[in-house]
Amino acid sequence: MSRIFSIIFSTQFFYSILRISTPIIFASLGALITASAGTINIGLEGMMLFSALVGVIVSAFSNSVLLGLIAAVLTGVLVSALMSYVTLILKSHITLTGIAINMLAAGATVFILYLVCGEKGISSSLSSGVLPRLELPLISEIPILGEILSNHNVLTYLALLMVFLTYLLLRKTRLGLRIRAVGENENAALSVGAKPIKYRFIAMLLSGVLAGLGGAYMSMGYVSWFSRDMIAGRGFIALAAQQLGQGSTLGTFLASLIFGAADSLANNLQTLQMPSEFVQSIPYAVTILGLVIFSIIKRKQQVKKLKEIMKQETARIEK
Amino acid sequence: MNSRRIERRFNIIRTLVAIAASLGIAIVIILLVSKDPWNALYNFLVGPVTSLRRFCNVLELAIPLTFCGLAVSMIFSAGLSNLAAEGSFYTACATTALAAILLDLPPVIHPIVCLLIGTATGILVMGIPAVLKLKWNANELVSSLMLNYICLYIATYLIRTQVLDSSLGITGSVSFQTTASLPNLVAGTRLHLGLVFVIIAIIVCWLTLYRTKLGYSVRMIGHNEHFSRYSGMKVGGTLLVVQLIGGALAGFGGATEMIGMYTRFQYQGLTQYGFDGMLIAIIARYNPALVPIAAVFLSYIRTGADIMNRTSDVPMEIISVIQAGIIMLIVAKKFLNTFEYKQVVNQSKERLEEKEM
Repeated sequence: MSRIFSIIFSTQFFYSILRISTPIIFASLGALITASAGTINIGLEGMMLFSALVGVIVSAFSNSVLLGLIAAVLTGVLVSALMSYVTLILKSHITLTGIAINMLAAGATVFILYLVCGEKGISSSLSSGVLPRLELPLISEIPILGEILSNHNVLTYLALLMVFLTYLLLRKTRLGLRIRAVGENENAALSVGAKPIKYRFIAMLLSGVLAGLGGAYMSMGYVSWFSRDMIAGRGFIALAAQQLGQGSTLGTFLASLIFGAADSLANNLQTLQMPSEFVQSIPYAVTILGLVIFSIIKRKQQVKKLKEIMKQETARIEK
Repeated sequence: MNSRRIERRFNIIRTLVAIAASLGIAIVIILLVSKDPWNALYNFLVGPVTSLRRFCNVLELAIPLTFCGLAVSMIFSAGLSNLAAEGSFYTACATTALAAILLDLPPVIHPIVCLLIGTATGILVMGIPAVLKLKWNANELVSSLMLNYICLYIATYLIRTQVLDSSLGITGSVSFQTTASLPNLVAGTRLHLGLVFVIIAIIVCWLTLYRTKLGYSVRMIGHNEHFSRYSGMKVGGTLLVVQLIGGALAGFGGATEMIGMYTRFQYQGLTQYGFDGMLIAIIARYNPALVPIAAVFLSYIRTGADIMNRTSDVPMEIISVIQAGIIMLIVAKKFLNTFEYKQVVNQSKERLEEKEM
């Protein structure tokens, strides 16, 4: 037990939370934007996987990490455009289409990987680039905080910035207002001229950008290669984080950090004498737990709301 | 011909066009990437029927696919997106393997006990997202997908700690006891008694869904949950029961696969049969009677892709393109619906004219 505590209360642990949370933060912000528009992006997982692969391939062949990153983001947008077209224009079932995108990604990435480097598991034969780490000028001087916050991958800082930008987008811009209006009440939005399909499409494309960044981080930051199924459920963990965040940007961010912490703890516990299978299950078990907690809170709120309405109504009738 | 029959006919046409279009895309990709595309295409499309052994491979693979297709069909009929069939199947494989190795039982009883243990495991696993949904309304899609990962680790843990054969070099179990195996149907192949089980399962599922009160409730809830609740159906209980049935089917399928096809547990990752089951259920439009056709189709292109993988330079993952294409086009309501609407309109016009005359 004391060894577990010594792991938790170390600067490396908090540093690794940020490192591990980065892809979940990106994806959960993407999930948040689509959820605000009243739809659910089940395809995040597949979008990230595609982006991770394309980032590696483009950066290897162009010798430019920046081009790899741009290509990864474009891939995310392209896949989300395909998914939006099928769900919004061809009117297909959103969940099933999302699962189809994930299926496609799982197979097609291996297919492309094999064509490019003749292997089905890992892209180690490609010399792909890694996005640089940043030493924060002033913060790195601060004793404990510096060790936790400084020297992260540039995309980790971008993820933190994206939390802020997503908040601004959803709460302070015209576009964000429209997106939320479409999600809140489709018919009301339509009556003031905001086309639901259009804003859902935009929301999906934005979440494609974020998924692209998350995928790029996985293969060009977190590690320096692509391996099959490397997203390993992070897209779904992000969906759970968004639900746990109850529609608020800060909440979504904090929930992502909690799941990142669970993942980080699992990584650290592997050094202890514990069955590795249990340790590896921790992030997924925590996600289910988070989902249940969210559902209980939501139900309680609903009951509370109903009770208040009942009270008001009875008061009105008694008058 | 009324508009409902037109709709049904167009559903069939739409399914076939979706399959043809997806196959077409895959063929174009093969033509583009392969150095010897005709050889690749021949092996992919004709390969599975070039020998009895290969054709039996198709049927063998269709057995677990049908079980999972039935499981998902039952669950999706009720409008649920519980995908724990994957985890149910996999965990059932592991517990069945344990039962086949550790229990000492006489010949006929041993496989029966194995099947029962596998089925119980399937129910248990599927029950988790089902109960979370029933009690707290937790999203069953996310919880079941997370559960699948946990199942993978639990199964690996059970095999690794209880029955590991360390001489293998991979995480595999020691051999099953010979008393546990299901008998083969065709000598020289691995086609086993599971084929009979799966036929029974298809009939039972179809009868349950289309000839019982439970099945009617399930389909009604899938159609319109609020209406069902309003008309007095016990929605929560029905949903729980149908998911447990799905879990039983996936678990039974896993157990059958384990003691029918293999002599030891040697999966290295999730089998994906649960996800394939979803594809099959969608092609069959959740109708158990059509599930085996869809399963044989998927099994055929799977086997073909596997042969192509071994005999040419095209990797078998190409079929993910076909699978995703089929799902997206079949579930797309607007795909080809202009033709359907035109037919319905024309027919209504004709009828109106008849009345006026």
